[in-house]
Amino acid sequence: MVVWRSTKAIVLFLVDYIFGDDWTVAALIALGLLAAWRLVDAGAAAWWLVPLVVLAANIQSLRRTVRKGG
Amino acid sequence: MNWGVLVSTFLAASIEVIEMVAIVVAVGVTRSWRAARVGAVGGLVVLIVTVAALGAALQGLSLETLRLVVGALLLAFGSQWYRKGILIVSRDGWATGVGDEDVDDDVPDGFDWTGAFLAFKGVSLEGLEVAVIVVAFGAAADAIGSAIVGAAASVVVIGALGAATYRYVAAIPRRALQLFVGAMLITFGTFWAGQGLKVEWPGDDFALVWLGALYVAAALLLMRVVSGWRHNAAVAA
Repeated sequence: MVVWRSTKAIVLFLVDYIFGDDWTVAALIALGLLAAWRLVDAGAAAWWLVPLVVLAANIQSLRRTVRKGG
Repeated sequence: MNWGVLVSTFLAASIEVIEMVAIVVAVGVTRSWRAARVGAVGGLVVLIVTVAALGAALQGLSLETLRLVVGALLLAFGSQWYRKGILIVSRDGWATGVGDEDVDDDVPDGFDWTGAFLAFKGVSLEGLEVAVIVVAFGAAADAIGSAIVGAAASVVVIGALGAATYRYVAAIPRRALQLFVGAMLITFGTFWAGQGLKVEWPGDDFALVWLGALYVAAALLLMRVVSGWRHNAAVAA
């Protein structure tokens, strides 16, 4: 029981530590990386996609935070 | 010695070290310097063990996989600092984040275990972020020694500065620093994740410069945009 609680606490801490208060940013970035991998696999240029997705993910999160009064 | 990695880890670690110093000095001033020192040393031991354990865990991975994993983690983690910096600096100005940490002052007569625990907790929790940064930068650039030297230099320089006079350390605007280091983390995250996926960056390593400039410029622009959104929300309310 103690081990389970400790493991759960550590996992929750790590998830919060990595993803923070908005998991959608990490999810969008993951999708962007997946799309970049597909582009590279198809022989197309993919360098423009990752920074674009990173900025878009952060902008949508900022917009939502401001709407909530942040 | 990889100077890029050394300077990057020094700067990234500095934010956390400033927080560490703030907590340890606050415990020392308001409770007990002995307890603050004991707690800080305990926290630093945890930090060293964490770096060694994380470093060992990443040994078996190929460099490409490592760069993809580390890049993705830096993107998720750095984005938090990037957004927090934009939100707070756009609301409260560049000088925000200057000042002391609040600490209770119910100090017992004997050894102050509460004070030692506060210092230990502050150093080990802030140190965890330093450990992740050191291992991420060190492993992805294949320069773990440079990353450790950068972070250790930050602990020594900022720590000594804080011990000598806390006023200098407290005068560093932590939120502005957080914004720029957040931009730096997502710059390295983007570059390494791309390398892990075999993306061909225009300018090769020079991409770090233009990616950094892009993210900093976007942050400065976004601060104005966020202020506009806040203004519109206030008018509409």
